[in-house]
Amino acid sequence: MQGIANSVLEGLRLVATLDLRLWEIVALSLEVSLSAVAAATLLGLPLGAAIAVGRMPGRRAVIVALNALMGLPPVVVGLAVYLLLSRAGPLGEFGLLFTPPGMVIAQTVLILPIVAALCRQSVEDAWREYEEQLRSLGVQGLRAALTLVWDIRFSLVTAVLAGLGRACAEVGAVIIVGGNIDGVTRVMTTTIALETSKGDLPLALGLGTVLIAIVFALNATAEVIRGAAQRRYG
Amino acid sequence: MILPLRLEAVAFAAGGREIIPPLSLEVGAGASTIILGANGAGKSVLMRLMHGLLAPTAGRVAWQDADPKRVRRQQAMVFQRPVMLRRSAFANVVYALEAAGVRAGERRARALDALREVGLLGLAERPARVLSGGEQQRLALARAWALHPEVLFLDEPTASLDPSATREIEAVIRAFDASGTKIVMATHNLGQARRLGDEVLYLHQGRLVERAPVERFFKEPSSAEAAAFIKGELPWV
Repeated sequence: MQGIANSVLEGLRLVATLDLRLWEIVALSLEVSLSAVAAATLLGLPLGAAIAVGRMPGRRAVIVALNALMGLPPVVVGLAVYLLLSRAGPLGEFGLLFTPPGMVIAQTVLILPIVAALCRQSVEDAWREYEEQLRSLGVQGLRAALTLVWDIRFSLVTAVLAGLGRACAEVGAVIIVGGNIDGVTRVMTTTIALETSKGDLPLALGLGTVLIAIVFALNATAEVIRGAAQRRYG
Repeated sequence: MILPLRLEAVAFAAGGREIIPPLSLEVGAGASTIILGANGAGKSVLMRLMHGLLAPTAGRVAWQDADPKRVRRQQAMVFQRPVMLRRSAFANVVYALEAAGVRAGERRARALDALREVGLLGLAERPARVLSGGEQQRLALARAWALHPEVLFLDEPTASLDPSATREIEAVIRAFDASGTKIVMATHNLGQARRLGDEVLYLHQGRLVERAPVERFFKEPSSAEAAAFIKGELPWV
């Protein structure tokens, strides 16, 4: 017990003293995960909305597949993206393996289904309310989908936050595609895994604390914005 | 001109239940048409078939004009519960104009004109969803007004409003009528039917049992169902 308490204290001291190396790791983590969330949001919201209002054959199968993909194991995504980006792979010529952009791609693949699936459900619920009015105005298809996404944008914050949570928390995809190279592709989760296996618990615990604090802060900010906007627009 | 509208043996069934048995009728320009009937008589379904929100399971809905785009463009509908987008009242009207393909340069003036018509100019910048029920319904009418439709369908537009909001809505509906827009309105409010209608279509269990000028319908209904409806309903007006 004494050992754990000391480790926690030491970890918090590391955080409090602004260890430069540690903050570089935190910054890269945020950069990678926020980029992935941005990409997944840009692609996932229109995709989810299009599936919600679309009436194509095989739609139910697409929905089942999308929902199932929410549970993609990060290591499997990491492996697939690794194969794509490796020298011999189809995207090998871009040299993205073991770079932060490669990690962004892997995390985007990982969270795109989450954002799209949750968006699809929200937009479909809204479509039930808006459908007659929009069709009466002659609006359907892609235009209806984009109108709905914009109109329920405050509820969609939840879908984006779910993606963000997943991106920040996962280790499997970034460690395979990034390679956990010190100073280049080392992020919070990979550092925690590495330091724990090396026995350096204070650093692992310190980073864990920072990780949780960041996720809380992002969620709190989003909730405040969402609440204010909802009160303003009804 | 997209009118007259002809329903040729139009029927509608859902889930194996026949809601509208084959029905034929013609709706021409001019006189305001009120669709009357008890709850579940098929008023809303009939109106949605006319407006094109529902496809008939048999028969044909034919407008004078064969071009589907012009037909869509020349009609508007106001629902019992207005659906407003999360943006300002003004932006809601502009959205409708944009969807109708009105040139960008014209939208602003037409939207402001419509908001003035329904008395909402002062609330133009207010988010539409925080307006009161009556204001939202007037905004729905402004959205329709801006489109200058040839036909306006109204599905129980005042059913969930208080008497003063109802009066305001009725005033706007009269203005539509005065401007030459054909009114087709479903209601079960007999007083409103008398105030706004010229002719009545009376529906009973999906069947069109009576079609008559308003005065005659209320004085001497020719069908037993309509007579019973008027008798049963009048005390509540």
